[in-house]
Amino acid sequence: MYTQALDIPEGSGDAATGLKHSGQVPAADVAASQAWFDATMDADGKIEPQDWMPEAYRKTLVRQISQHAHSEIIGMQPEGNWISRAPSLKRKAILIAKVQDEGGHGLYLYSAAETLGTSRDQMLDALHAGKAKYSSIFNYPTLTWADVGVIGWLVDGAAIMNQIPLCRCTYGPYARAMIRICKEESFHQRQGYENLLTMMRGTAAQQAMVQDAVNRWWWSVLAMFGPPDVDSPNTAQATRWGIKRISNDGLRQRFVDATVPQAKVLGVTLPDPDLKWNDATQQHDYGTIDWNEFWATVNGNGPCNKERLGTRVKAHYDGQWVRDAALAYAARQKARAMKEAA
Amino acid sequence: MTTELTDWPLWEVFVRSKQGLEHKHCGSLHAVDAAQALQMARDVYTRRQEGVSIWVVPSSAITASAPENKAEFFDPAGDKIYRHPTFYSIPDEVGHM
Repeated sequence: MYTQALDIPEGSGDAATGLKHSGQVPAADVAASQAWFDATMDADGKIEPQDWMPEAYRKTLVRQISQHAHSEIIGMQPEGNWISRAPSLKRKAILIAKVQDEGGHGLYLYSAAETLGTSRDQMLDALHAGKAKYSSIFNYPTLTWADVGVIGWLVDGAAIMNQIPLCRCTYGPYARAMIRICKEESFHQRQGYENLLTMMRGTAAQQAMVQDAVNRWWWSVLAMFGPPDVDSPNTAQATRWGIKRISNDGLRQRFVDATVPQAKVLGVTLPDPDLKWNDATQQHDYGTIDWNEFWATVNGNGPCNKERLGTRVKAHYDGQWVRDAALAYAARQKARAMKEAA
Repeated sequence: MTTELTDWPLWEVFVRSKQGLEHKHCGSLHAVDAAQALQMARDVYTRRQEGVSIWVVPSSAITASAPENKAEFFDPAGDKIYRHPTFYSIPDEVGHM
């Protein structure tokens, strides 16, 4: 959200007002701009699209916001696969609404990233060419209906944990997009948990299906928070910029502590023999995450990487005629209106 | 790679959340024309009855003040504290004024 058009120096608005535009700051002013930026960071203030910002800040945000947007769009696939097989009309309606939300979240985020001067096409091209990353979690398959519930409960639960601090991000458009997204994510998590509760009150086979889904997803969900703090070299800079408020391990710990009691109410076990309450630290200890698997998935070798990207690229090209037709229709309407006016 | 989306102009979306309140900027989107922009704004920004009325405006039609002109543009109001009611002290016995 919040347009990039306001950032383009050649914008008609600037010609009209004669106001000089940001972006092309004379060298002498760069130091002053940097000082202003640093002071804003110190005061935990906000940066808006037109404001001066260091190139590295802009680049980091474009990368993070576009990756986030890609994750929302790719994330429509694993659940979308179950829309036609949802067990009731009620669950089908809920799932359609949820998948539509994910599409909407992608749109909020692409718009936020566009305010930084990167076009929608550049971002989509990077995704389609395999140059841009998205959350590794969406490269795992959804084998049963219980997976849909577990995605809501655990995957969206982890996403919320990660996204709530981003509502306070120093970059205004990103923070505003995140506030909107977080409001909607709560429905996602609760519908998933309630879906699982319903299954756990069902037959032994249904209960086993839930436990199996939890077993398959648990470790991948923990890995969603990213590499351990000791292996996250960019954390210090992102923290300084107010883009990252809580470290990967910090968020992971919060998630584990929040999830354990939820699993108990649900009646499932979490597949980690080392998971236990630690009285000294007043939090849960948990086992070691398989980072080799995480990196293999991030680097394109997860179970569904090729399928997800292939589906995305195909949808884009299959939809080309719709975009062309919409443009042609708009052009003809415009021409007709001008002819009538003449 | 195709670049079709660049041909879809950008629109700013303003939503009136309920009757009696002003339209408020809530985001932007790409659409071929005003009618499509309205429909998309409905789908993207009001899926949960967040609005009763939507405006869409071509982003290129917006004229914005620039941050580097902030001082000369807005500071003149800074020293005119006599424009605020709190500038004037009134005896207590007058009561609310």
